[in-house]
Amino acid sequence: MAAPFDLNDDSVVVVIGTGAGGGVLANELAQKGVSVVALEAGGRYLPEDYVNDEWESFGQLAWVDPRTTSGDWRVSRDFSGLPAWIVKAVGGTSIHWAGASLRFQPHEWKAKTTYGAVQGANLLDWPITGEDLDPWYTLAEDKLGVTRTGGRPGLPGNNNFLVLEKGARALGYKEVHTGRMAINSVDYDERVSCQQTGFCFQGCKWGAKWSSAYTDVPRGEATGNLEVRDHAHVARILHNDQGKVTGVEYFDKDGNLQLQKARLVSVAGNSIESPRLLLNSASAMFPDGLANSSGQVGRNYMRHMTGSVYAVFDKRVRMWRGTTMAGIVQDEARHDPSRGFVGGYEMETLSLGLPFMAAFLDPGAWGREFTSAMDSYENMAGLWIVGEDMPQETNRITLNHDVKDQWGLPVANVHFDNHPNDIAMRNHAYKQGQAIYDAVGATRTFPTPPYPSTHNLGTNRMSENPRDGVVNKWGQTHDIENLFISDGSQFTTGASENPTLTIVALAIRQADYIAREMGAGNL
Amino acid sequence: MKNTKGPKGLTRRQLLARGSAMGAAFVVGSGFMAARDAAWATELTVLKPETFASLVQMARDIYPHDRIGDEYYVLAVKGYDTPDNAEDIEAGIEALNAAALGRGFASYLDIGWEADRVRILRSMEESPFFQKIRGGLVTGLYNQKAVWPLFGYEGASFEFGGYIDRGFNDINWL
Repeated sequence: MAAPFDLNDDSVVVVIGTGAGGGVLANELAQKGVSVVALEAGGRYLPEDYVNDEWESFGQLAWVDPRTTSGDWRVSRDFSGLPAWIVKAVGGTSIHWAGASLRFQPHEWKAKTTYGAVQGANLLDWPITGEDLDPWYTLAEDKLGVTRTGGRPGLPGNNNFLVLEKGARALGYKEVHTGRMAINSVDYDERVSCQQTGFCFQGCKWGAKWSSAYTDVPRGEATGNLEVRDHAHVARILHNDQGKVTGVEYFDKDGNLQLQKARLVSVAGNSIESPRLLLNSASAMFPDGLANSSGQVGRNYMRHMTGSVYAVFDKRVRMWRGTTMAGIVQDEARHDPSRGFVGGYEMETLSLGLPFMAAFLDPGAWGREFTSAMDSYENMAGLWIVGEDMPQETNRITLNHDVKDQWGLPVANVHFDNHPNDIAMRNHAYKQGQAIYDAVGATRTFPTPPYPSTHNLGTNRMSENPRDGVVNKWGQTHDIENLFISDGSQFTTGASENPTLTIVALAIRQADYIAREMGAGNL
Repeated sequence: MKNTKGPKGLTRRQLLARGSAMGAAFVVGSGFMAARDAAWATELTVLKPETFASLVQMARDIYPHDRIGDEYYVLAVKGYDTPDNAEDIEAGIEALNAAALGRGFASYLDIGWEADRVRILRSMEESPFFQKIRGGLVTGLYNQKAVWPLFGYEGASFEFGGYIDRGFNDINWL
C-alpha cells in the first residue's frame, strides 16, 4: 500500500520526529519497502524559506513550547524557559546544526571501563563498540558528504579559523584543521558547495549543509512508502493488554486528536521530548511511563560540557563571514586524567551575529564592561568548547504537572547540575581557549557561559542489562519489543564529539535491524 | 531575553513596523532628548514626556554606546508607550527619581555623571522593572538593523552570494 496511509492501517511503522534520527530512520525504512508514517510536531521549511536573520529565524524554527528548568546550571537562571536551542520543523535540529561530523574515539564507547568509578557519575559502557559502528559511520559519512572522509576535500578556512589556527599552532597543538563537516566542499549528492555565507545555525539557504529536511525526508517520500504529517504533535503512545504498542494519539494541524495505528513505533523527538512522551504515556500497566521498568527514562540527561571563548583583537576579524563552525582543535579530546578530569573536549570555531552576541556573550550583563566588548564586535574571534559531561541520575527530564503546553499536556522540566568533572574540564578549556587567542595578540578574552543546550543526550540510554537503561544495542526498548528510540536520547555516554553523525549512523543501523527483523517475522 | 517571550515579542519585522508607525518623531535629531523639546512629546500616546526622557537615558546607561545616537535608544523603548505598560513604567521611573532624590539629586535626569546614574541602577538591578527594561533592550537595541553597521556587522549575506568571493578569508594581519 502506498502513502498516504489510513489511520487504521496497523501495518505501518510510526516514526515520531523527522530530524537526524527520525528523518533518517524513516527514509532508510522507506527505501527498504517498509511503510512509514512520520509525525512531525513542527511545520515544513525548505532552504528558500530560511532567513539570514538570527531572531527572525529563531521565531521561524525554534522549539519554544513551554518548558521549565531547575538545577545549578546557569541556563536555568539566564534562560529559565528555554533549556534547549533546538528546532521544531520537518528536519528537526538537523536544520540548525553546524555540521561537525566526528566519530567517537574507540575508548569513548567504554567510559566506565576507561574512566573507572567517578563519584556521582552514573557511568556505563555502551553495549556496542567502535568496531561495531565503523561500517555504519562510513555509510553516515557518505550520506552526509562529510569532508575529509571518503576522499572528500576539506573546506577552506575563514577568518575566524585562521585566527584559531595561528593561535593553536603557536601553543603547539597539532590536530588543527577545518573539520570533518557535513557541509559540501565540492558539489556532492545534488547539493552545491559551501558559499561561505554564514548563518549555518539558521538553516543553510544553499543546501550545502546536510539536513534531513531536504534530503532524507523528500527522498523517502519519493518512494511512495513514507508519509510525513507535519504539525502533528504526538500526545501519547498506546499499547494493548500484551504490553505491545499499538499506535499513537496526536494532535493534528487543526488541533484535533487523531489515532494512528502502528505495527511498530519509533520515538525520535530529541532528548527532552522523547522521555516526556514516554512519561506522558503512563498507563495502568505501565504506571511509571512506557519502557521505564529500570526507572532510567528521563535520567542521565547530558548536554555536553560546553562554553565559548571570544577574544578581541586590535584589528578586524569579521568572524561571521563564512562557515559558522569553520575549524577545530582536537588535541584536548584525548582522555588524560593528569589534566584533572576524565574525558576530553574539542575546540571548534563559532561565531554569533551581533543580535545573538548581545544575548549570549554574558547573559544579564550590562554597563560599559559589556558594551565595550560589543563595541569591538568586528574585531572578535570565537570558539566553542564541547566536551564529555558526566551522566548523573539526578540530571533528568521530569513532567511538570503545574505547567501545561498548548495541548494541555504536562511540560518537561529539565534539571541539570554541573558535575565537578564538568566544571574542571570547562575551566581547563577556558584557559586553553584564552591562551590560543592570547598567542595571537588578543587584547581581551571572554570565557562565555554555555548557551541553551543544543546537544541533548542520554535520557533513554542504551544498556546491555535492562536494569541499567531503557534500550538495547539496537535502540529497541528493553520492555516493549515494538517500541524503539532513534535519537540522541539513546546515548549511554556523550563522548566529546558533536553527536549528529553518531545519531545518523545509529539510525541507519537501526533501520537495517528493524527491516531485517520485520522480514523474519520477529517484529 | 529572560524567557521565550522576549525574542518572540520583538522580531525584526515588528521592530520595523513599529519604527515606521512612529514616522517623523525621529527626524527631530539626536539632541532632542536633552533639550526636552515639546515637539516630540505630542508623539507619545500615554507616557509623560519626562518619564519617557528618563527611560531613554536609562536605556543608554544600561547599554552605553557613545557612537550610537539617541534615536536608536528611543526606538528601543518606544514600545513601552502603551496603556498596558504605562503604569509599570511610570512607577519604575518614579522609583528611579526617588533613588536620585535620596542621593541628593533633583531627579535621575538631573544627574550629570553616568557613574552616579549607574550606581542607582546597580542598586535596583534585581528589580522586575530594571530586568524588564534591560531584557527588552537586548533585542530592542541590538536587533535594530540600522545599528548593525555601527558595529561593523554586515547582516544577511545570501542575497549577495555569501562571502566566498567577498572576503571570507581576507584577514591580513596574522
